[in-house]
Amino acid sequence: MLEADLLVLGAGPAGMAAARTAADAGLSVLLLDEQARPGGQIYRDVGNVPEDRAQILGSDYTKGRVLAEALDHPMIRHLTGTTIWQIEAGPRVSFTRDGAASSAKAKRLLIATGALERPMPVPGWTLPGVMTAGAAQILLKQSGLMCERAVLAGSGPLLYLIAAQMCRAGTPPLALVETQTFADRQAALRHLTGALRGWRLVAKGLGLLAEIRKAGVPRYTGASAIAIEGKVQAETISFTSGGKRHNLECATVLLHHGVVPNTQAARSIDVPHHWNEVQQCFVPEKDGWGRTQLPDVFIAGDGAGIGGATAAQLQGRLAALEIACDLGKTTPADRDRNAAPLKRQMETELAARPFIDKAYPAFREALLPADDTIVCRCEEVTAGDIRRYAGLGCLGPNQTKAFGRPGMGPCQGRYCGLTVTNLLADESRRSQDDTGYYRIRPPLKPVTLGELAAMTDLETDEQEPVT
Amino acid sequence: MKTASPFRELETDVPRVRVRFAGKDLMLRDGGNLAAELLAAGVLSFRQTPVSGAERGPFCMMGACFDCLVEIDGVTRQACMSEVTAGMDIGMPGTEGDVDA
Repeated sequence: MLEADLLVLGAGPAGMAAARTAADAGLSVLLLDEQARPGGQIYRDVGNVPEDRAQILGSDYTKGRVLAEALDHPMIRHLTGTTIWQIEAGPRVSFTRDGAASSAKAKRLLIATGALERPMPVPGWTLPGVMTAGAAQILLKQSGLMCERAVLAGSGPLLYLIAAQMCRAGTPPLALVETQTFADRQAALRHLTGALRGWRLVAKGLGLLAEIRKAGVPRYTGASAIAIEGKVQAETISFTSGGKRHNLECATVLLHHGVVPNTQAARSIDVPHHWNEVQQCFVPEKDGWGRTQLPDVFIAGDGAGIGGATAAQLQGRLAALEIACDLGKTTPADRDRNAAPLKRQMETELAARPFIDKAYPAFREALLPADDTIVCRCEEVTAGDIRRYAGLGCLGPNQTKAFGRPGMGPCQGRYCGLTVTNLLADESRRSQDDTGYYRIRPPLKPVTLGELAAMTDLETDEQEPVT
Repeated sequence: MKTASPFRELETDVPRVRVRFAGKDLMLRDGGNLAAELLAAGVLSFRQTPVSGAERGPFCMMGACFDCLVEIDGVTRQACMSEVTAGMDIGMPGTEGDVDA
């Protein structure tokens, strides 16, 4: 079994920053990540992206190179292409790599598994040709693929970012269908002071909007009753905006109304979570260093609550400082001295967050979808089904599984969990905390019998980790 | 075979290899992300669901949604987590009586 002082799950901004900070403090680090190259989703393939793509993606993306390059450190062992399917006390993780299962343990575990797109169940969202806006970003970053004849629908800064990138690449989207309303903007203005302190972020957003306007991309705001139609794949998107019904022909629909913490790993080891009303998602309970209620398990980055890539990186560093102190590599005084500037930076970084959260709230119709809309993509369970289960006395998300299998398909509830909790909470007039969430069990990702049978001890056939 | 695709490749001068998808030959970028390369080749439907038989394609591109499941040399895999290699034989789950998706 592989051993290290610190096991980091996920090589995005939080995981990469934590790995390097911990290594600099003298800890041996084992960094496990599913992708072939470091970066996570936000900096996906940042280390080997060709120049033309880098130009389109912009400096907010290419600055991730520094983090990826910093992984080149004798105390860091980065295992790429590694799918984790079980986490246990120890902390110990089991994973699959190169077709064989294996395991690793460490003194501390840092979960840095990032975010998922907030599910946006609208009629037709399961049709081929409908993807998340994040998917379009990944296609561009990793494969240099641009969506032609695409409509972007939803709300939030990521929609503007991808729209601007599409304009730069010469394939502007056909339209932006934005769900935020004038009232949302008014509500956001109450947080203007914070927005001014985080002015860099706001200025960036305005710059993106200017690019979109210059390219002549039509913007529809306050959109409601969004529906995607097509015989086999997406052909049109229809919606109401400005009191009129619109119907746009398109080849691709990109959905986005925020991202939410990917809580699968933390939930699988019973890290307590609570509902965040502003961000409309569950977040793990943790202290200022990212320590969960399991003393040897830490969480950093968007998986601990949405703050964006820079905040994620800072959280990763803070967690690593505390872990190094915990393991006796640094003194509390040194930890605090190193943490102080990071904490100040974090405050600035998060200052504009309340403004953004209010200006671009989640799309209400997708939080509580209409009865005939599919909410569980895998098992094709509709919102009406969930409401019916609630009417029959179903008490919580885990019991819905017995009624109609939501959350039991291959994605294991990743894209329906929040919707099912919301629907049940709404029907039973209880809070999301009281309603609860799916119980997450291993395997977190599928593992084949062949992979288990090929269980190997990685230590014997690869370089020895530094201890 | 090249079908009209709603996706445009920024770089087209890349080494390609032959793979089979649902019985058809395709020339895909060697070592590319399988889901992305299939989309670029004009393949939007990757499988049919076991519940209603509806067609599905890539949705999240990050290994979370499992909508891009395909059968590679007989094993069900996420296309977005797989790399293109020469001679891959890819099937559409759900179209040949497959019920394990």
